[in-house]
Amino acid sequence: MTYLHNIGAYFIMIKDIFRKPTKWSVMKTLILKDIDDLIIGSLGIVAFIAFFVGGVVAIQTSLNISNPLIPKYLVGFATRQSIVLEFAPTFISIIMAGKVGSFITSSIGTMRVTEQIDALEVMGINAINYLVFPKFIALALYPFVISIAMFLGILGGLVACVYGGYGTYENYIEGVQTDFIVFHMIYAFIKTMVFAFVLATIPSFYGYFMKGGALEVGKASTTSFVWTSVVIILLNFLLTSLLLG
Amino acid sequence: MIEVKNIHKSFGDAHILKGISTTFEKGKTNLIIGQSGSGKTVFLKCLLGLFNFEKGSISYEGKDFNELSTDARADLRAEMGMVFQGSALFDSMTILENVMFPLRMFTRQSKSEMKDRADFVLNRVNLSDAHNKMPSEASGGMQKRVAIARAIVNKPKYLFCDEPNSGLDPKTAMVIDNLIQEITNEFDITTVINTHDMNSVMEIGEKILFLKDGLKEWEGSKENIFKTDNEAVTNFVYSSELFKKVRKMYIEGDQ
Repeated sequence: MTYLHNIGAYFIMIKDIFRKPTKWSVMKTLILKDIDDLIIGSLGIVAFIAFFVGGVVAIQTSLNISNPLIPKYLVGFATRQSIVLEFAPTFISIIMAGKVGSFITSSIGTMRVTEQIDALEVMGINAINYLVFPKFIALALYPFVISIAMFLGILGGLVACVYGGYGTYENYIEGVQTDFIVFHMIYAFIKTMVFAFVLATIPSFYGYFMKGGALEVGKASTTSFVWTSVVIILLNFLLTSLLLG
Repeated sequence: MIEVKNIHKSFGDAHILKGISTTFEKGKTNLIIGQSGSGKTVFLKCLLGLFNFEKGSISYEGKDFNELSTDARADLRAEMGMVFQGSALFDSMTILENVMFPLRMFTRQSKSEMKDRADFVLNRVNLSDAHNKMPSEASGGMQKRVAIARAIVNKPKYLFCDEPNSGLDPKTAMVIDNLIQEITNEFDITTVINTHDMNSVMEIGEKILFLKDGLKEWEGSKENIFKTDNEAVTNFVYSSELFKKVRKMYIEGDQ
């Protein structure tokens, strides 16, 4: 019953995000602040992880090819496919569920605990619109983060491959360019947009509707991370079946 | 004026408010008192529309809150100021930004006009030199004064305070109490204060509503509360030695 109640409350919250909008002059500031917190603030960790995981994918692929009949450009090809199709959109999103999701839940949850949300409501402000809408808009720039992750992942693979002695620059680039299917990029960005919506709303839901004190803020952050990850994984399966299956 | 009729509120099986009716008059400092768990905060949150209640009505100048549309409720709420127990200042904003917030949300004033108004109310609460401090850098008493400044900056018709002097030393508590009463008289607003501090009752209580177990046990003026024979009220009021002496003084004064 609790799950059904939560699902219902979640969809009502989504409807309320667009009801009675906050004044644009105030909303503009909130959106810019959230772009800084959620997007710009995540670039460092995303770049770091993408670059090194790209390198590891290239090394692993290279080390597991022993058959001389397999073309050498396969390292570049496999790295590109892994990064573009799964690593960048899905696994970066799970990392973001930890980083951005916990931030959203704990910041909104702390506002709930300290009655700041009550203060907004008493003033006649639609607190859900005020708090969640800027995050929703800020995360519309999430594909930008994923594009950087894709680029740096493939670049990391190139650096590891060439400077680690696992292949040549020409072979890697040839692999990256081989059998490039535009729809794979469209598929990756459709997933990215869906995951951005999940990243903005599920952590907000757990923060907004939390009850209790400081301890519960921590618990809500953990629960939010778990459910955001679960939903991302399930939607990943669903979207892959629908779009590529 | 706020008119409350037969309010009932439950949480699951727990019946918290069991039919409270009262009136809060304009330009007066109305106090809600009672022991912890008597339903004061729930009652205040019902008045503010933060809790829906099952039965009864709350009217603001004759307008039934429950009958209002969502937008009309929001408009009414823009006429309310609230001082929360923990101040509830926005911790990502400076003190000046906190005070200017209602103006930014609900008025079309220029930045300089908003700043002038915020300066005026911050001066009014004796905080003219704290504009750029963050709430975390302010003491408890300062935070309460900022919360009062924020509550009155948009010239509300109704001011609600939930235990405004809890956690403060007696002197600062008295400053806060006096400030609220002065603002109530100066701006002719309807003020409702939720407290269990008898010093506040003595200082500023023009009308007092005593709640016990979710029911209105007694209501009257601060002069009458020290003379009443209501057992629940006397047990609450004279729980400290100081107030036992005050009662004796009142009774002896009458004879």
